[in-house]
Amino acid sequence: MTDPVLTLRDARLQFGARTLWQGIDLDVHPGEFIAVLGANGSGKSSLLKVILGQQKLTSGSIRFLGEPGRRGDRRIGYVPQQKLADDGTPLRARDLVALGLDGHRWGLPLPSSARRRRVDELLAAVGATEYANVGVSTLSGGEQQRVRIGQALVGDPALLLCDEPLLSLDLTHQRAISELIDDQRRERGFGVLFVTHDINPILDMVDRVLYLADGGFRIGPPDEVLRSEVLSELYGSRIDVIRTHGRVIVVGTPDGAHGHPEDQLAHHDEPEPGGGAL
Amino acid sequence: MSPDVWSQIFDFSNYGELVVLLQNSIIAGAVLGVVGGLIGVFVMSRDMAFAVHGISELSFAGAAAGLLFGVGVVEGSIIGSIAAALIIGVLGSRARDRNSIIAVLMPFGLGLGILCLTLYPGRSANKFGLLTGQIVAVDDPRLNSLIAISIVVVLGLLLVWRPLTFASVDADVASARGVPVRGLSIFFMLLLGLAVAVSVQVVGSLLVLSILVTPAAAALRVSSSPILVPLLSTVFAVVSLVGGIMLALGSSVPISPYVTTISFVIYLVCRLIAWRRGTGTGRIQDAGLALSGKKAVEQ
Repeated sequence: MTDPVLTLRDARLQFGARTLWQGIDLDVHPGEFIAVLGANGSGKSSLLKVILGQQKLTSGSIRFLGEPGRRGDRRIGYVPQQKLADDGTPLRARDLVALGLDGHRWGLPLPSSARRRRVDELLAAVGATEYANVGVSTLSGGEQQRVRIGQALVGDPALLLCDEPLLSLDLTHQRAISELIDDQRRERGFGVLFVTHDINPILDMVDRVLYLADGGFRIGPPDEVLRSEVLSELYGSRIDVIRTHGRVIVVGTPDGAHGHPEDQLAHHDEPEPGGGAL
Repeated sequence: MSPDVWSQIFDFSNYGELVVLLQNSIIAGAVLGVVGGLIGVFVMSRDMAFAVHGISELSFAGAAAGLLFGVGVVEGSIIGSIAAALIIGVLGSRARDRNSIIAVLMPFGLGLGILCLTLYPGRSANKFGLLTGQIVAVDDPRLNSLIAISIVVVLGLLLVWRPLTFASVDADVASARGVPVRGLSIFFMLLLGLAVAVSVQVVGSLLVLSILVTPAAAALRVSSSPILVPLLSTVFAVVSLVGGIMLALGSSVPISPYVTTISFVIYLVCRLIAWRRGTGTGRIQDAGLALSGKKAVEQ
């Protein structure tokens, strides 16, 4: 097997007295698609922050492509929650993609044919060619997410981090965006860590699931992790995992835990407090 | 309206002589237009129109204090606006915090400025000018300082243009890509402070928005191109300022009504153009949606 893209060893993250997770050993391999699940405030987004180098591990180690993790590594692509750009955005779809290529450089962007070709290529790959020259603020949510995936992939990343990229998209677009990510990771061979509160749109695509809860975690194929006895043990209370019509529904998660740093920042993590659907 | 009122607003006798006499003001207006048009694009994409207003009130306070204590109006207004810009930049990184901080600072600045002006024993026309603008003859040293500050602002903006655009549009992703979002934000606030300070000199603190916001807002109505928007915004700001000064030359009315009116009319025209194109772009949008939807189903 090829070397892992990302390696976490005995990783632990603690905010004050509260341990978000500990003892995580995780290898993300090239082309692997891993879903990160868990209740609101279980530290899903914090895990991405750690990988992005914006948050230090309390203990343990993180290595990306064999080197210690550092901040602003551009071999990592990042697709955040969908946020509608407002009217004050002087960018078209193609300009947003181009920022993923050289947006970190000083000065003015100078036109170059190589740059343009690369941007066109990515716009085509994510199916955004038709609205390449349309202002970002006038794009629909699904269109915006396509463009942002193009932006994240234009720098040819080894790892793609997605933080709830399907939030506030309708079912058709959820499906389309998930499939886009799935296709691209197979074609380009980057690993994917996909934080989501709802596994269902990506259930048949993911290789493994990392489930975070109550300071603990489980890693494994969805069929091994998303089971009543596994999650009941993880949460320490009765959890029912129901599979119906090809969907997974988790019932009984003690959601809405409060009083930790993530609550204020990411309380929209879980649009359904009380946690019906996983 | 009696012809007397009209002759107060428009009077073009001896116009040629006036233009020569006040050519410094016209140059100042053109330079300011470039500054306002360019920085306005970032004011819009960072959603900081209200911050501009807050900074300009503090700039007014600084200018008034500078007048009272004999430090100099220009120096005072620069100190006031940079202090305000930094306070807003450091304390208000989140939009909600920012708005409340500005709302707290603004009336305080205005009050402080009025206090200083009241205590100032000098001419009152000068005082009024700080709030609503004045077309006093800009002397050479003052024009030079205005141009120097403007060059600093424009060069500063060009230096950080691309990462600042990235950070303004999507701070999270920019930060993940190694863009120093926080540092850029403070740097931008410094430039904004300087830009406001020079604008206050000409249009007055109450009307700074008409050069730092309205032209960019108008440009964004008609384009999303990262090249066209700053260009249009600059043209709009220069036309408003130079046009406003030229009209104000022949009247006893301050410069600001002319500048704000031209800038407002440009904005209205841009909205009208966007609205007339609206049905057209709407159709294109729908077609795009239908296409992407169709593809989604095919997959």
